Amino acid sequence: MSETGIDLQALDHDDVVEKAADWRQSGKNVAIATVVTTWGSSPRPVGSQLAIDEDGNMIGSVSGGCIEGAVVHEAREVMADGKPRLLDFGVSNEMAWEVGLACGGKVEVWVERLD
Amino acid sequence: MRPETLTSLLAARAAKQQVALVSNLETGDQTLVFRDRADGALKLDDEALDATRDALRDDKSGRLRRDDAPLFVQVFNPPKRMIIVGAVHIAQPLVTLAQTSGYEVVIVDPRGAFATRDRFPGVTLSEDWPDDALNTLGVDNRTAVVTLTHDPKLDDPALHVALRSEAFYIGALGSRKTHAGRVERLTEAGYSEDEIGQIHAPVGLAINAKSPAEIAISIMAQVTQVLHGA
Repeated sequence: MSETGIDLQALDHDDVVEKAADWRQSGKNVAIATVVTTWGSSPRPVGSQLAIDEDGNMIGSVSGGCIEGAVVHEAREVMADGKPRLLDFGVSNEMAWEVGLACGGKVEVWVERLD
Repeated sequence: MRPETLTSLLAARAAKQQVALVSNLETGDQTLVFRDRADGALKLDDEALDATRDALRDDKSGRLRRDDAPLFVQVFNPPKRMIIVGAVHIAQPLVTLAQTSGYEVVIVDPRGAFATRDRFPGVTLSEDWPDDALNTLGVDNRTAVVTLTHDPKLDDPALHVALRSEAFYIGALGSRKTHAGRVERLTEAGYSEDEIGQIHAPVGLAINAKSPAEIAISIMAQVTQVLHGA
């Protein structure tokens, strides 16, 4: 476990949709985040997915761990109001407090709720 | 995502069907696009449907550039497949590498004693003659075919089917001399230079591989290289 509570073991998995459906089936609120656009070097290709449940459990990945924390934060809002959100992540600056990608790429991540 | 969309998506994935989920990133409306039909709340015109089916074929998720709506196509294709002809020693490390790389692996070897379940746990084994096996399995553009027996009586029938299929990769184990003989036989059997030219032989990237595991690495690396058009 890293400081952000991300289980890196669970971050690379092909059955994200199935796992998300299981969580939903058990009555939990669930959001799915998908990489929809990338520019430059990015850790995970377009189509990569991360599922998050209301307890903060995760499966899959949308980066190598750089932005998952921020995506989880936004996912909670999506779970609350049901409105999908398009998130932008750019290059991180070591001197700033923003979340970003250390590799120098840019990604757009779309977050939707499982109704 | 609506519950009925999720249910339908899960069913398609369980049935190993090709399916794409198209989403309007503003409204969240979605539609599932299959090769022969589309189903969902998001209405797509023919242009968008064609672009989605191209994405399915190319196995490439991405945004559809349109003025009227921000659309995203998420391709859900079944796993890629590797058909290995010959349950020989090299097949063991190759199976491991292919599975780790996300391939479903089928081993074809009619010599019953070779393809034992103990040596290849978790792999589909076929004891049919290779041409019959490949025809039954159906070699599509998400399939790699690798022949490892060295035996023309087994390798050649597999190549006959593979060369006239959509296989994205065809590789055949054997030295340059072995391959020269193979080319001769395939030419006599009526295969064109272009068809025969699809065969990667000697199989694998030239990394001076010696052991079965090293040869498997060179094969998996070459399959990956061809898959990504490098």
